[in-house]
Amino acid sequence: MHRDDTLTVHDHTPLAAGPAGPLRLGIGGPVGGGKTALVAALCRALGEQFSIVVVTNDIYTTEDADFLRRNGVLPDERISAVRTGCCPHTAIRDDITANLDAVDDLVARHDPDLVLVESGGDNLTATFSYGLVHSQIFVLDVAGGDKVPRKGGPGVTRSDLLVINKIDLAPLVGADLDVMRGDAEAVRDGRPTMLVSLREQPDAGPIAEWVASQVGARRG
Amino acid sequence: MRGLVRTEADLALFLHGRLHTGGETIAGAAAAACLLAAAPDPEWSAWDAAVDARTPSAALRAASRGQGGALLRTVARAWPGPAVAALAALRRPHHPLVLGAAAAGASATAEEAAALALHHLTGGAATAGVRLLGLDPLAVAAVTAEVARAARPVAVAAAAAARIAVDAGDPALLPAGGSPLHDVLAQLHDSAEVTLFAS
Repeated sequence: MHRDDTLTVHDHTPLAAGPAGPLRLGIGGPVGGGKTALVAALCRALGEQFSIVVVTNDIYTTEDADFLRRNGVLPDERISAVRTGCCPHTAIRDDITANLDAVDDLVARHDPDLVLVESGGDNLTATFSYGLVHSQIFVLDVAGGDKVPRKGGPGVTRSDLLVINKIDLAPLVGADLDVMRGDAEAVRDGRPTMLVSLREQPDAGPIAEWVASQVGARRG
Repeated sequence: MRGLVRTEADLALFLHGRLHTGGETIAGAAAAACLLAAAPDPEWSAWDAAVDARTPSAALRAASRGQGGALLRTVARAWPGPAVAALAALRRPHHPLVLGAAAAGASATAEEAAALALHHLTGGAATAGVRLLGLDPLAVAAVTAEVARAARPVAVAAAAAARIAVDAGDPALLPAGGSPLHDVLAQLHDSAEVTLFAS
């Protein structure tokens, strides 16, 4: 019989060393949770401090890139849309080449401090390859139901930061935020979880601080 | 989706048509690339231009270069060498050339490279039939198996033509079949409001 504690490595560094160059941060999560809102918030909060570029992923359209352009959070040429034409998780995990192309082009043109790669909305199993990003945020929302963190999956358990968005809606949808926080913390082995309302906090407050610390750590 | 392919039988007809037109063309290019990759520094650009000349649709040329560039990332890691490095100098070479170079790296023959190109061609359309049209995946598997049998002589013919072209050092001798409706549909799809494929 094995002793589980001898087989568990409590080390949060990714399995692979990851790509060279500036910090690449993946933002994933189910459809409608607020990934694009978070990207917009991070650009607003950190755009003066850091040089930022964004890659969006949509299945059939360029909807998310169009949203960012309309909201003017970054100059157009700093946003690149990948049309995955397939399950979003395939393009961020199994066959990352289209995203690598988009990232390489933006990095070559802008020499940024931070590359945000937003996944297309997917399900609880969708996480980024560490061949594409160095670190990843998984975004859930309260309106999806307070049992979602309990359902787990690699986005909930292994993302470097778990964001639970739309906490302003909790009373309207009967979601218990303490349950969501408790269930998440129970499976995240000390990795951070942040409960926010991006609608009420459009500068992404603590999330922006966390991202800034990641950029700083990458620069060394 | 214009209703041109509605059933598994339609899909089989479509794939047979593709085999003997654009299929033989890309199979010939892949087989030629497999032969060319045996030399340390092939003149890839002339062969790349030959694929351009055989791909009238700008959308399909862009898709082929996109997929070629993507595959090259993997091939350059899996089978690095002077021929692949020379191919990478083109930045985004056409997909059949990269596939042929990969086949050479994996010690496959020109015939096998041609067969791989045909497998890629028919497999993509067959998968789309399952995912987008909701065709019965088991019936589509049967269609795929039947089309694979029909692809064998096409691969052999394409490889034979490729061998002649490579021996002569003349990409113009590569097969040059095509299907105009397919090219037109690719252009229409590329300019549609909602595009289902980037390839």
